[in-house]
Amino acid sequence: MLSRTAANLYWIGRHMERAEFTTRLIEATIRLDSLLAQPKVEEAWKSALAVVGSAPDPSSEALGAFGGRRFLALSLDNPSSVKSCLSAARDNARAARNVLTQEIWEAINRAWLLIRDRASPGGTQSTLNMVEELKAETRGFEGALARMLRNEAYWFLRLGSLVERGDNTARLLDVKYFLLLPDGEQVGGLRDRDQWMTLLHVVSGRTAYRTIYRQALQPWLIADLLIFRKELPRSLAAAATETVAILAEFGDMSGLQGEADRLARRRLGRLEDGTIEELLAEGLHESLGRFMRENAALDAAIANQFRFA
Amino acid sequence: MAARPAFDELWGASAGEEVRAGFEPLGEWLRETSAAELDRRQHAAEAAFRSLGITFNVYGEDEAAERIIPFDIIPRILSAGEWARLSAGLEQRVHAINAFVDDVYGARKILADGVVPADIVLGNEQFCVPVAGARPPHGVYAHICGIDLVRTGPDEFYVLEDNARTPSGVSYMIENREAMLRLCPELFERLAVRPVDTYPELLRDTLQSVAPDGAVQPRCVLLTPGHYNSAFYEHSFLANNMGIELVEGRDLEVDDDIVWMRTIDGRVRVDVIYRRIDDAFIDPLVFRPDSMLGVSGLMAAYLAGNVTLVNAPGTGIADDKAIYSYMPDIVRYYTGEEPRLPNVETWRCREPASLQYTLDHLDELVVKLVDGSGGYGMLVGPTASRAEIEAFRAALIAQPQRYIAQPTLALSTIPTITDKGIVPRHVDFRPFVLTGSSGVTTVPGGLTRVALREGSLVVNSSQGGGTKDSFVLDGERAATAGST
Amino acid sequence: MRLSVNHTTTYRYSEPTRRIIQLLRVTPSSFQGQTVLSWRIDVDCDVRLREGRDGFGNVTHMLYVDQPVQVLTLAVSGRVLTEDNAGVVRAVPGDLPHQVFLRETPLTAAGNALDWLAMDISEEGGAKLDILHGLNRRIHDRMRFDVAATGVGTSAEDAFGAGHGVCQDFAHIFIAVARRLGIPARYVSGHLFRRDGAHQQPAAHAWVEAFVDDLGWVAFDPTNGISTDDAYLRVACGLDYREAAPVVGARSGGGTEELSVEVAVHQARSQSQWQVQN
Repeated sequence: MLSRTAANLYWIGRHMERAEFTTRLIEATIRLDSLLAQPKVEEAWKSALAVVGSAPDPSSEALGAFGGRRFLALSLDNPSSVKSCLSAARDNARAARNVLTQEIWEAINRAWLLIRDRASPGGTQSTLNMVEELKAETRGFEGALARMLRNEAYWFLRLGSLVERGDNTARLLDVKYFLLLPDGEQVGGLRDRDQWMTLLHVVSGRTAYRTIYRQALQPWLIADLLIFRKELPRSLAAAATETVAILAEFGDMSGLQGEADRLARRRLGRLEDGTIEELLAEGLHESLGRFMRENAALDAAIANQFRFA
Repeated sequence: MAARPAFDELWGASAGEEVRAGFEPLGEWLRETSAAELDRRQHAAEAAFRSLGITFNVYGEDEAAERIIPFDIIPRILSAGEWARLSAGLEQRVHAINAFVDDVYGARKILADGVVPADIVLGNEQFCVPVAGARPPHGVYAHICGIDLVRTGPDEFYVLEDNARTPSGVSYMIENREAMLRLCPELFERLAVRPVDTYPELLRDTLQSVAPDGAVQPRCVLLTPGHYNSAFYEHSFLANNMGIELVEGRDLEVDDDIVWMRTIDGRVRVDVIYRRIDDAFIDPLVFRPDSMLGVSGLMAAYLAGNVTLVNAPGTGIADDKAIYSYMPDIVRYYTGEEPRLPNVETWRCREPASLQYTLDHLDELVVKLVDGSGGYGMLVGPTASRAEIEAFRAALIAQPQRYIAQPTLALSTIPTITDKGIVPRHVDFRPFVLTGSSGVTTVPGGLTRVALREGSLVVNSSQGGGTKDSFVLDGERAATAGST
Repeated sequence: MRLSVNHTTTYRYSEPTRRIIQLLRVTPSSFQGQTVLSWRIDVDCDVRLREGRDGFGNVTHMLYVDQPVQVLTLAVSGRVLTEDNAGVVRAVPGDLPHQVFLRETPLTAAGNALDWLAMDISEEGGAKLDILHGLNRRIHDRMRFDVAATGVGTSAEDAFGAGHGVCQDFAHIFIAVARRLGIPARYVSGHLFRRDGAHQQPAAHAWVEAFVDDLGWVAFDPTNGISTDDAYLRVACGLDYREAAPVVGARSGGGTEELSVEVAVHQARSQSQWQVQN
């Protein structure tokens, strides 16, 4: 496979994953917003912006719910907005069109057409309707992915998704944890149940939490779920496991192993051996920061190993 | 305009009275199928094209808008006999084109013999100096030609243009057929239509056949300018259907006069490049230094005989509009036969008498830039305004050598679905001719382009033209028409 | 004359390169009036060099460097016998018909000022050869040599308007006007032995050839206002500088580039003298 094609597939994976993540973040924040008193609304949207790691002009104090929805969903100034991600994904898809299945291409194209001409998120209900439609399209993309031949094209798409997913989950947990337990309290009580529910919603983890822990929400258990539990597809451990497996598929095909394999295995080892207690003792913020740096290093190693540049 | 109505591909000269012999099933189908049903299918076709992403970008529009080319479901039909005559003419013409290109970059006999004036060839922008003296593998230059034909009567076909550089449109030939098979299957039960979906396979065989000697299992790639190019859909379609890699310039590198492709497993040698990039952009070391699309060193690899470029650099000399008017002489010179397909009568404005004639008849003639394409830089006298004609007159007097003029032909029409119902619209026809190491082949079909505006003769997609499927009937296979 | 040439081009890169690819036109051909005795290209790192011939008949070399370098030095050297043919150039191998050399290129496109010059010259009339000598003289008189004034992308029209330039600009102006007059003309790059003793030069030289029906190609040096003689070593020709330039290249990596060129042209001793003295 051409290196450039591989890079395009990888970036389709990353952009589609981020589009879906941002979509879920919008949805969860709208829910949260509806439960909160007015002064806290601003805070909810600010933390959502912190999660995607980009913010509008810092001078604009009051973004508000409408501005937040627009910035996250539609702003082309925000590289993490759903529109930016879908536009980029479609661009990559056009360039790699010849190795995509018709179904994958159509899923991406439909998602893009859905949002292309939208300039305003409209009211809350209108945004929620759009979110529902976007979720349906991203599910369509995942379905199309699941039906693909398990070949290089599939692996690169998945690899991109997984690297992006690791980054998103870590950032989500980092921001929300810090916001909700600002005193550095490690295993403190549940101050804001709604905020925690929001977090679980973004990673589709509400049912998972109940099934696995069978107890009331505990911040440290939520961290455990998002970091260590492979049962949750959006956990760091699940992403790390599949990343190693996919890189092994490449190795199996070409006989080549590289820095990306080594980084991915080392990271998985740490997640398999670690516990939430040790991690909290080390400091959650520091640990997540390290995970995000490692993830960026893995991204660079993949680009290098498969000659993306 | 011509007083006599144009020849209709379905009705002949009968003005809707009687369908031409052999085409009755289409006439019946048109009678039986309700306007609403035709309309429904028409929309279904467009929806399918849009969802496939068969789009093109229009140059000169502010937004590089992605548009689909309008598709009309009423097909054009060519009888087996018509096709036999056409394809023989096309093969003769393409044979002559290859011989001509080989000659002008080699021995230059035709110039020495005075058949074509030397300065028109050698002084031509399209005469590609870097390939002078070089001969491509197997001596084939124009591997793929898309010859534009027009028709004015039952037996009157003319060559309008020899597209011998990087002709496009063949994906429409195939996708239009796909759409027709899906939407109007009953037509194929009533008419024995020869398939066109063999084209990708024939093209791949052609590419492989012209690989440099010594290439075992030659690796072919399709070089595209990228997905912003108006014909990218076609590039991707062809690469996929041939099972070859679709590459951009940055995917290739030249080392030691050999072309390599950059892959995730390292670099892989490339033997044949079907390039859909103009000569000027293929190698910034030799041609335009600002080209971001090409590959530095590609010409060195080509001149060293280590890679085949399809079409070869320099074929533009054969489809230049200034050369066009000499094509009948060129065909005679290299084949020793009379041209089976005539040219459209052409006045070369570089010649004073022709210039005078052209200036005197601007309102009747089509005047074209010799170095223009896609319907740009062109005057269609009968439909032009006085101001347009006068502006063109000034341009023509200033640089007469840049123009040729041709009569406004009464192009044939085909019934076409429009807002005003089913009405005749003018069409042209572009079949695709392949030349490999063992000869010339033409897939039975082509791209029929239709001028959708009433009375318009400009069929270019960039100027609002549409397309139709082109049925070539099988003379051997008995149609099952009427048996159901 | 027996000329010895050392033409050294050095590239210094701010960072290591990944790949370098260059097209060199630095090797002269033998023809009537010029005999190449010996010629070589030395490069100071591992490279691949492939010899070829381009459409103009020039000897070319493709140079490929596939490992990181920060300095690349091309040392071209050789010895050539030249004779004075009053500028007439005959029997160049692989030469193209003269009609090829009538077309304009971006660098040799005539604008208003050069159109005027062309008109002025054609009004004076005379035999073609005299017209060309007149053109050569006028460019020499009108233009001031100035290495700092123009670049490789300066067109003939712009250089003429500015009134100064380097040999390349002088040549482009000559070519533009000659073609305007319907006379085929072409750009020639090569080396010049300076009789004034300036044997070390900062660049290669350039001049022109124009086609005169009875004589064939005749070479003029508008920079010096003369026809060429045995002090001129012809290396390559093209429609303009772009097609006859000694080096055209592309690279990936390397950061910014610093280029230095040194040319030394001497009158060579004979082979036997050389051996005795060593």
